[in-house]
Amino acid sequence: MTDADGTAWRGRSVLAVVPPARPRKLAKVPFVELADGRLQGVVSSGSDIERVYVSSVAAGTHAYHCSTNNNRPCGGLRGAPCKHLEALAEEAVLQYGVDRVARYLRVDAGDGVGSGSDLLARMDTRHEPTPAAVVFSRFLRHLAYLELPDSTTALPELHWFPATGAAR
Amino acid sequence: MLSTQVAQLQQSIPAGLADADAVVAGFDDALVGGFARVGDEAAAALAALAGAVAGTPLHDRVAEAVAKVTAGSFSQEDLASLAGARSALLGAAHDALLGQFDAAVGRERTPWSAPVGVPAEASAPRGAARAWLHETAVAGWRGVDHDLLSAVGAPVEAALAEPGLRRLAVLLDGLAAELRASLPVAMMSQVPARRWADLWSRAVLLAQDWSVPDDEVETISGRLLPLGVDIHEHGTAVGVQVHGVLEPSDGRPARLVRTTVTAAKVETITGPAVWRLLQAHPVLLAALAQRRAVTVTDLPLRGGDLRWIDGQARPGEPADPFATARLLLAPAVAAATAPLDRHPTVIAEPVLLEGYTVRHDDGLTVEWDGQQLPVAVDRLPAAGPLTPALVAASSCCLGLLRFDGGRWLVQPLAVRATVKRKPVEAHNGDWAEGVTDPKVAKAEAKAGDAVAVLRERAGRLLRR
Repeated sequence: MTDADGTAWRGRSVLAVVPPARPRKLAKVPFVELADGRLQGVVSSGSDIERVYVSSVAAGTHAYHCSTNNNRPCGGLRGAPCKHLEALAEEAVLQYGVDRVARYLRVDAGDGVGSGSDLLARMDTRHEPTPAAVVFSRFLRHLAYLELPDSTTALPELHWFPATGAAR
Repeated sequence: MLSTQVAQLQQSIPAGLADADAVVAGFDDALVGGFARVGDEAAAALAALAGAVAGTPLHDRVAEAVAKVTAGSFSQEDLASLAGARSALLGAAHDALLGQFDAAVGRERTPWSAPVGVPAEASAPRGAARAWLHETAVAGWRGVDHDLLSAVGAPVEAALAEPGLRRLAVLLDGLAAELRASLPVAMMSQVPARRWADLWSRAVLLAQDWSVPDDEVETISGRLLPLGVDIHEHGTAVGVQVHGVLEPSDGRPARLVRTTVTAAKVETITGPAVWRLLQAHPVLLAALAQRRAVTVTDLPLRGGDLRWIDGQARPGEPADPFATARLLLAPAVAAATAPLDRHPTVIAEPVLLEGYTVRHDDGLTVEWDGQQLPVAVDRLPAAGPLTPALVAASSCCLGLLRFDGGRWLVQPLAVRATVKRKPVEAHNGDWAEGVTDPKVAKAEAKAGDAVAVLRERAGRLLRR
């Protein structure tokens, strides 16, 4: 893969700035993202197929929250991150790799931090309610990509975005 | 492509390429810091950009834009002028490089004749995109923050909703995802200055109220013989571009064409699963997976871009892409690229390489006696069977010739190799109708069907 040495990065048009997301099972946590200054996502309820939980951890402050998409607080939050937040962190590490998640959240992940729960354990977390609507609407927008019609117009800009990954 | 042709290509670096590159690099560095306050170095770089287009019709507008940006008070039109000047320089570099390539391999190319477009009615998504690109230029890459990236959501969403603006939407979405993943940019040891300035300039041009008439293109019928498929992907888009030789049914000379189908996707759908998003084009997928020719009827052709309409295509007889390349690639007539699309990065010329060995050290390099051509290893997609090991074991390769970072590279689309003393052949499109490698298929099955899971969630949660 492309190495991060200076001149190559500055002068090249095509390089993998973002490593492609790694495949993971989506059934439990269909949506994870590092955006809006948070690790945030949606966790499917284990008991009710119609219900999802919206979980997030803020970068820097490490304030966390978990609620249903209707803003009902998660019953599992008892002074510590619930199992949904644990699942969110685990899947984020699978999807992005532990280094990228740690860098985004600004966690000092030393040696021996390999999993999402390790990362959560390294954070000085505190609970702070945040509205679920923002994250949930991002999830719906994410799903809406799959509903967009195909296109057969030439897209020359895609030459800047080669599919990669066989070299991993 | 013969080793002597590779030698000729590498020895004949176009005059002025280095100068153009230096001017573009200066502009790109200026954009890293942003145009909120233009320092001496950035001012000199902008002046050099104006100087580079002196003597062209762009000169007056670019000189005026440079003066305004340097003074710190500039409009969206001024940024469009700068993006236009940068694109003109890289377009000229494209023309010179492609000219050298055509001369080296003896490829015939018809000049551009289709209309380049006309001013269009003002569009709200384009206006929103221009405003965001303006803010981004003011902030510079080092000044990009979460708020600026959240603000790109609205223009992307609006552009996605209009099929005519798909190019702009896909480009902005790809750029924004990279910036998001790179935050804080100030902490990056090196900024991909060339790349992001390329994407920014393209987006600025695509966001102008300008349209290309769709109806003024020729249509063509005949037999399409695929050479190979180039797969493109970012978080929310996947595109496959099939390169092939089209034999027109009216007996005119064979043409070198490309046809592209793209689908929107999400980041977690990746690898071989992307083919499932393209199932609206079964004839094309079958032609790739089964290595068949296709008979096409009345497909629009603009330059070398054949617009795919699956219903107007019928699968034909088996056609070996290596045989197609050996027999038809040399006489086929190529087409020029649309003027506004020209840039060294869009150079993707099908070539057949034979009789080489592969050196394996810091990457892969194809070698003949004294001639070398690096392999674009990071352009081998997870959606197909080609791997670096297979390329290393190959002796025959169908690929695309690329130019990046000041050098020519080959991107393999298909190889013939010897593995454990047995001949093996692999093509990027082999898995278009499903993974044929049992090991990879098993891993895929284990990960589960991402498309199905997300469609189920979408069905349950959208439109409530």
